[in-house]
Amino acid sequence: MTCKYTESHEWVREQDGVHIVGITDYAQAQLGEIVYVELPESNAAVTRGEEAAVVESVKAAGEVKSPLSGTVVAVNEQLDDSPELVNDDAEGEGWFYKMQATDPQEMDDLMDADAYRQFVQNLA
Amino acid sequence: MPASSTLRRTPLHPLHLQHGARIVPFAGYEMPLNYPDGILAEHRHTRRFAGLFDVSHMGRIIVFNDNGRDRHDHSAATSLESLIPSNLLTLPAGRQKYGLLTTPEGGILDDLMIQNLGDRFELVVNAACKQGDFEHLQRHIGDTHRLEFCENTATLALQGPASAAVMAAIGEDLGDLAFMDVRELSIDGVACVISRSGYTGEDGFELSLPADAAEGLARRLLAHPAVQLVGLGARDSLRLEAGLCLYGQDITTATTPSEAGLHWAISPARRLAGERPGGFPGDHIILPQLPGMPGKVSRLRVGLLPQGGVPVRRGAPLLDGGGETVGEVTSGGFGPSIGRPLAMGYVKRQHAAVGSDLQALVRRKPLPVSVAGLPFVAANFYRRPRAGVAGAPGASGAVTNSTTVPRGGT
Repeated sequence: MTCKYTESHEWVREQDGVHIVGITDYAQAQLGEIVYVELPESNAAVTRGEEAAVVESVKAAGEVKSPLSGTVVAVNEQLDDSPELVNDDAEGEGWFYKMQATDPQEMDDLMDADAYRQFVQNLA
Repeated sequence: MPASSTLRRTPLHPLHLQHGARIVPFAGYEMPLNYPDGILAEHRHTRRFAGLFDVSHMGRIIVFNDNGRDRHDHSAATSLESLIPSNLLTLPAGRQKYGLLTTPEGGILDDLMIQNLGDRFELVVNAACKQGDFEHLQRHIGDTHRLEFCENTATLALQGPASAAVMAAIGEDLGDLAFMDVRELSIDGVACVISRSGYTGEDGFELSLPADAAEGLARRLLAHPAVQLVGLGARDSLRLEAGLCLYGQDITTATTPSEAGLHWAISPARRLAGERPGGFPGDHIILPQLPGMPGKVSRLRVGLLPQGGVPVRRGAPLLDGGGETVGEVTSGGFGPSIGRPLAMGYVKRQHAAVGSDLQALVRRKPLPVSVAGLPFVAANFYRRPRAGVAGAPGASGAVTNSTTVPRGGT
C-alpha cells in the first residue's frame, strides 16, 4: 500500500486493486480554504497528467491532474457537501476518486514520500 | 513577477511575518494575503468583531490651498472640482466624500476618498493608481497648489462592529465621529488622521499615521481580544459582499460612472441642472448618461449569484439563453457570510434587471447565474446618536443630509 506523489501535488495510493487519488496536504495548504470540488463522473476515462477534477478555494481554482490513466470507479461524494474535508484531511478522508489503472506500472514513474518531501522543500 | 527586491514593503511588514502571514505581490508591494487562520475565519471575524488591516500601500495625496511660492491662496476645493465631479465647495471641514477622478473620455481614472481637513484636502487613492493620480494632479492643478505625496505614512483600517469599543479601550472615545467624518487627533502623542469609513460594509475606522509609529499602534490594537489581523484575501471577499467596486477590475478607464452604477458619486451641484454643471474631464459624456437624462448606457454593473456551488471568477463570459455573449464577470469568488459564491460584472442593459437568468462560462461549461441586487450583505455603518430624536427635528439634518453612503449596484 505505497503512496506516490506527482509534481502537480496529487497523491495516489493502491488499495485492494484500485488506486485512490487526492491532493497533497501541501496543495491544500497552498490553496487555502476549499469551498467546492468538481469531481469526475463515475466510469469516466482519465488520462495521466490531464485534468480529472477541479478544486476551488476562497482564493483560486486549481486543476487536479490524474496521476495515472484509467477509469474512475468511485468518487468521494462527501466532498459535495463538505469540501472542507480536503483541508482537514487531504491525504485521508479528503480523497477525490478511486480508479482502475490501465497500467499500474505508471506508479513507478512517480515520487515516493521522501522524494516528494524533498521536492516541496525545494519549492520554498 | 520579477524578484521580490523590486517590491516595496509597508512599515508593518515585520509584524505580518511575525504573525505568519502569507505574503503576495500586490500593486508593487509585498502584502499579506492571509494569516494562519485563513481567509474564511478572517472574513467572519471582521463581520463579528474587529479586523485589523494594513492598507499602507494605498496612496495619500495632500492638496494645500497655497502654491508654496507666493502668498496668494487658491481654493483647493475649487481646483479639485475641475478633476472630480463632486460638490467639494460645500464639503464641511471634518467630512470626507467618496468621489471619482474622471478621464476626458468619460471613464474612471481612479476612485478615492476626499477628506476636508480644514486647512487642506487629503485624497486617499488606490495603490496601483497613486503615482499616476499624483502626476495627474501635478499636471492640472500643480501650478496653483502645493501637492504632497505622503511617503512615510502608514494606514491601518480597523473594521467590524467592535471597532469603536476597541478604540475606546485604548483611550479614544470616537462615539461622536459619524460615518464619513474625519478628524485629526493625537494618539499617544502621535498625529493621526482618522476617518469613520472603510471597505468592508462594516462600521470602522481608517487611520493614517507616521510610518515609525504604525507598528506600536497596531500592537496596541492587536492586544485587544476582539482584534485579529486580516489580509487582502478577506478584504476582497468583504468588499465584494458589500457590493463595493475594486478599481482595475469593476471600474476602469473604460467604464463610465453610470455604467458602473456610481451615478450617486456625481453631486447634484455638478449635474446639468446643478449650480456648477460640468467642468470636469469627460463631463460631456458622463452627465448625459445620468438617471433622468436622455442618454442611455448600453451595459450596467450588476451583482451575480451563481446558482450552484462553483465560484464564477473574473473574466468569465456571461451568456443569455440563446448562448449569445451579453457580458463579463469582473469580480467573483466565494462569500463567506452568505455561504455561497458571488460575483459582479457588466451585462447588456436588457439583462440587468434583478432576477434575470444568465449563464456564466466556467471552464467551457455554462453554469446558471442570476442577476442580484447589491450589496449582498447589508451595510452596518455607524450612525451618530441624535440628541433628542423625537423632540428636536432640526438637530439631525446636518448629520444625515451630508452623509454619502458608498454602495454599488443599480
